[in-house]
Amino acid sequence: MNRIDLLFKQKKQSVLNVYCTAGYPQLNSMVEVLSSLQENGADIIEIGMPYSDPLADGPVIQQSNMVALENGMSIPVLFEQLKNIRSTIHLPIILMGYMNPILQFGLKNFCEAAAAVGVDGVILPDLPMFEFENEYQPLFNKHGLKFIFLVTPETEEERIRKIDGLCSGFLYAVSSSSTTGNNKVIADQSAYFKRLKEMQLNNPILVGFGIKDKGTFQSACQYSNGAIIGSAYIKALEGSTNIQLSTKEFLNNVLA
Amino acid sequence: MTVQQNNFSVDTHGYYGDFGGAFIPEMLYPNVKQLQEQYLQIMGDPIFQESFQHLLKDYVGRPTPLFFAERLSQKHGASIYLKREDLCHTGAHKINNTIGQILLAERLGKKRIIAETGAGQHGVATATVCALKGLECIVYMGEKDIERQAPNVARMKMLGAKVVPAVSGSKTLKDATNEAIRDWINNPVDTHYIIGSVVGPHPYPDMVARFQSVISEEIKKQLIEKTGSPYPTHVIACVGGGSNAAGAFYHFLDDLSVKLVAVEAAGCGITSGMSAATTQLGKPGILHGSKSLLMQTNDGQVVEPHSISAGLDYPGIGPLHAHLFKSGRGTFMSATDEEALQAALDISRTEGIIPALETAHAFSVLNDIHFEKTDVVVICLSGRGDKDLDTYMKYL
Repeated sequence: MNRIDLLFKQKKQSVLNVYCTAGYPQLNSMVEVLSSLQENGADIIEIGMPYSDPLADGPVIQQSNMVALENGMSIPVLFEQLKNIRSTIHLPIILMGYMNPILQFGLKNFCEAAAAVGVDGVILPDLPMFEFENEYQPLFNKHGLKFIFLVTPETEEERIRKIDGLCSGFLYAVSSSSTTGNNKVIADQSAYFKRLKEMQLNNPILVGFGIKDKGTFQSACQYSNGAIIGSAYIKALEGSTNIQLSTKEFLNNVLA
Repeated sequence: MTVQQNNFSVDTHGYYGDFGGAFIPEMLYPNVKQLQEQYLQIMGDPIFQESFQHLLKDYVGRPTPLFFAERLSQKHGASIYLKREDLCHTGAHKINNTIGQILLAERLGKKRIIAETGAGQHGVATATVCALKGLECIVYMGEKDIERQAPNVARMKMLGAKVVPAVSGSKTLKDATNEAIRDWINNPVDTHYIIGSVVGPHPYPDMVARFQSVISEEIKKQLIEKTGSPYPTHVIACVGGGSNAAGAFYHFLDDLSVKLVAVEAAGCGITSGMSAATTQLGKPGILHGSKSLLMQTNDGQVVEPHSISAGLDYPGIGPLHAHLFKSGRGTFMSATDEEALQAALDISRTEGIIPALETAHAFSVLNDIHFEKTDVVVICLSGRGDKDLDTYMKYL
């Protein structure tokens, strides 16, 4: 069974998905980042594939993308680094990124390589439903990769249901209409989260964007199966000399 | 006949052949969907058209003249006409589109306008129509472009717009566009994004091309008066994203006898590593919401382009132009920084018209094309050169 499905079978509350950028803070720091996330309570690991023009991301993740690219990260390097990852990491792994680098690598090659190293799902915010349905869906299915879609407070109910039908793994509920790492208050969106919950969708729901600490994590978990932290963790790694320790401190604060 | 007309038109999903589409994050979907569903209907509404035509005439100053350039014609051995978009209010063709989009934004009930700008012409044109309509205006501009296009920054401020520097990446047009898109993601309800070129997710490339198509509509009418035929042998225009070229080509797309010449910025030379000639250096890719040709590394990272002209300093090209290139309908040429500067000087002293640096690229290829005496050539003189005087003075 796909590790994401297995996780949600066993854990339905307070699932914590943590985002890190491949190649950040150093080119070769990923294995250490992943193992320290696993040791300190993360349930899912989302690895960002850096891109020169990450449109849906705020300044913190943009900056981590730039640093990672300068460090020499690329999709081939990433797969090389993930080659033996399943000997140490048993958490579900999701790759998040933008379409253009994947198209250049070749979507078929990408799906094959991802499946081969043990990736469980992908998030591609700039691949919309129409294009996915029209062209790309069979490739992801064939390789057993979950395809995770985003919904926002502005997404209409009919469309949410359609997205839910195409989506697998979990539904990524963007907490407010914004780029990542925003400061909009989660509590303001309780009506939206309640609405999602009451729709009784097929997929579990994780809330993302603006989740940064214990308070925002717990608030997000009230109405969903868990939440996603990105920018706040990247900030915690910025300038860190001890990834293990920084991760431990960060996750202890969130999960305390 | 219908089939032929549709060859170069956008299809219902926003594609020109292999290029186009709407590759946008879900956060942008409601706004883009609303535009997709309503733009043709709104643009086709007689009341909208009446307001649009009225403003084009009395505010922009259209029709712009089609000027027979006698000395230039003698020099190149063909009849050369200049479509004087530089005489539009604000000094470039950009305002044709911003007038259209501000009326559209009003229809959609939007209160806040955002835009990206490279050379500042689109920013000025957007600030102008926002002032005209009393709407809030925020213009994103690369930090590097703010330095090299200071007069336009001042004009935007004078018009009441807020100019926000884009400090990410190459600090030019690509990055200003990223920032504008991020602003739109963060302000999904009250804001309309006026994209300045034939780029972005569907319906922008088609919508902007339609607003700019007034250029070729007028060229046809004016050529009949001057030559007896609506068809030139050549239409030449510079291409960054490609809005003035799209407008100048639009009504000739299906007339295969008319050669459509698009001129890209070669920067320091196509193979120099300092260029913005997308069709020569790009591969299919996705940027700013559409699939087109894109300058990128083998890993799919977008390359930072170079052109002396801020308006052409863009690593992509509109999907219509990518289709014209791939299908062979368009002839794509290029001019280096140096050639453009020389062309600007030449045209200033041959015809008494100081062109924008962007436009100067289009003039440069006159030296590279072999014309017959009977050829009728129309060059889209897309903008005036006041904003580039600093650069020109250094070159003199």
